[in-house]
Amino acid sequence: MLKINNLHANINGKEILKGINLEIKAGEVHAIMGPNGSGKSTLASVIAGKEDFEVTEGSVVLNGEDLADFAPEVRAHKGVFLSFQYPIEIPGVTVTNFIKTAINETRKAKGMEELPAKEMLQLIREKADLLEIDRKFLSRSLNEGFSGGEKKRNEIFQMAMLEPQLAILDETDSGLDIDALKVVANGVNKLKSEKNAVLLITHYQRLLDYIVPDFVHVLYNGKIVKSGGKELAYELEEKGYDWLK
Amino acid sequence: MELKEKLVSSFLAFENRGNIDLDSTVHAIRLKAIQNFEKEGFPTKKDEEWKYTSLKPILKEDFILFPNLEKSVDYKNIKDYLINDIDSYTLIFVDGEFNSFLSETTHDDCDVCVLSSALVRPKYKMIVDNYLNTIANKNNSLSELNTAFVKEGAFINIPKNTIVPKPIQIINFSTGSEKEVLLQPRNLIVVGENSYVQIIERHQNLSENTTLTNSVTEIFLHKRAIVDYYKIQNDTNESSLIDSTFISQKQQSVASVNTFSFGGKMTRNNLEFYHEGEHITSNLNGISILNEKQHVDNHTLVNHKFPNCESHELYKGIYADKSVGVFNGKVIVRQDAQKTNAFQQNNSILIDDGATINSKPQLEIFADDVKCSHGCTIGQLDESALFYMQSRGIPVKEAKALLLYAFGNDVVEKIKIPQLKTLISKFIAKKLNVQLGFEL
Repeated sequence: MLKINNLHANINGKEILKGINLEIKAGEVHAIMGPNGSGKSTLASVIAGKEDFEVTEGSVVLNGEDLADFAPEVRAHKGVFLSFQYPIEIPGVTVTNFIKTAINETRKAKGMEELPAKEMLQLIREKADLLEIDRKFLSRSLNEGFSGGEKKRNEIFQMAMLEPQLAILDETDSGLDIDALKVVANGVNKLKSEKNAVLLITHYQRLLDYIVPDFVHVLYNGKIVKSGGKELAYELEEKGYDWLK
Repeated sequence: MELKEKLVSSFLAFENRGNIDLDSTVHAIRLKAIQNFEKEGFPTKKDEEWKYTSLKPILKEDFILFPNLEKSVDYKNIKDYLINDIDSYTLIFVDGEFNSFLSETTHDDCDVCVLSSALVRPKYKMIVDNYLNTIANKNNSLSELNTAFVKEGAFINIPKNTIVPKPIQIINFSTGSEKEVLLQPRNLIVVGENSYVQIIERHQNLSENTTLTNSVTEIFLHKRAIVDYYKIQNDTNESSLIDSTFISQKQQSVASVNTFSFGGKMTRNNLEFYHEGEHITSNLNGISILNEKQHVDNHTLVNHKFPNCESHELYKGIYADKSVGVFNGKVIVRQDAQKTNAFQQNNSILIDDGATINSKPQLEIFADDVKCSHGCTIGQLDESALFYMQSRGIPVKEAKALLLYAFGNDVVEKIKIPQLKTLISKFIAKKLNVQLGFEL
């Protein structure tokens, strides 16, 4: 599904990604771990198409299509979803209106009709229940005044609504207490299928107790320095990153 | 002939046409006003209050002062400019003259009628003598000019303990029967104790000819009166508007003025609140969305003279292309006005490099036990918010529009008439050139 080949990326002339190779197949869960500043969030942003980063070499290919020339929204329409480490507050736009717009713009891009209001409402309720989100929450301004946990839960709610092929969860576990983490992980697990894939980006092994990865990769200084199964996460937890340098 | 000379020299002819009673108050007011105007003339950019707004290019037109009423106007010509889906009183003026056929007035529980008749009918003499030009005479030469030619406009007199059951729409049309026309409507509004009224005011040019409107409105609120006033400024690119609105408030009254500026070539709003009692609330809200070479200048004043009063001011602006915005918000808290709460916000977004906003908060505080704040932000669209929205599949154009919509939303939310709220939302969507699948 996703193939990253020798990916190099700069920001303001500084090279952050220095040749990443990664292949993710449908139905798989991959975790990328690594210390601060190793390039984890940059990788997530580059896949999603953030223009601040300049790809100098290599490619990101989704279902055989090079994403290089596609704007972030086109990548979203093609099935890429990025759950933000720090979701943005948008005063004046309610959660409901935001997700409605996102769904209908995605449908429009695919040549589909807008989703009828009634079905939309039903879908919103269903997914909100899945993530144990209070209905009142849906009429609040997007992320405005949300706690860290509420923001993350809201990200996964949007993911549930948009049903992406490739979900990239950037530090989704940070700022979550254990109960919230369980709810979010449970949501992600329920949405997982043979047709989609998940790329988890995390500091800690904690999240991986709840969303179990098929593969774990260690990112260090802009390169994947080690890959392995889920047991690699425990090893990292125990030994830290120093032994990999 | 320069416009000023033309105006001064036509004053006598104007008064004679109206068969004026030389002993009347209105004659004395007009005479004084024309003398003041002759002395002061039009303001220039040298005047501190007009530093960022030049009338020069507008005043060089050869304006017709008293347009001939040649073009008749039917309901079908004007219906798009009325809010039709609400029951309302309507006062329609065409080229400065009242059109009774298109209007709906009343004298039942309150007077919703026209100033020309109030000026001559003995029944209203007391009101005219007591109120006309008692707060508009604030050393402002454009108001003086309007006063010199005071003749027609809305006359609204709400007795005490009256809730006016439906909003009042005041609409001034110009038909372009003359090439360049100067209109000077004058509204006088008196709201009695414990009474409530909602008013919507609009100026609309029906042609492609040039119109300059120099409008003056005086509003008097007695004890515990409430007024919600909405100004819709969405005129053609050939139309300029100078609007001066003066509000006098007695104790415990609440006056709210909401100004929506989307259209017109040049708009200057002078909005002034004068407090005459305690526990008064004044609300000033505005949103300007401009493009091309449009120019909107909001000059506001809240004069806190008594203790325990509050004012809340929120002006927002979105400026594209080469448009220019001016915000000058003056708040005076006099020495006796202890326990005043005065809040002011001006937030602007500049979309294009060529757009300009001149924002000037002016707080003059002479009392020591007060809460006053002002905030002014000038920014661009938040790139990280745009990327966030794009990553959810919302194209950049829609994402920008949604952010701008959201930016103006708290002003739109203050509209208490649902149909008007829908209309303003539509104007905003149109102005931002986007159709969103929902109303905010």
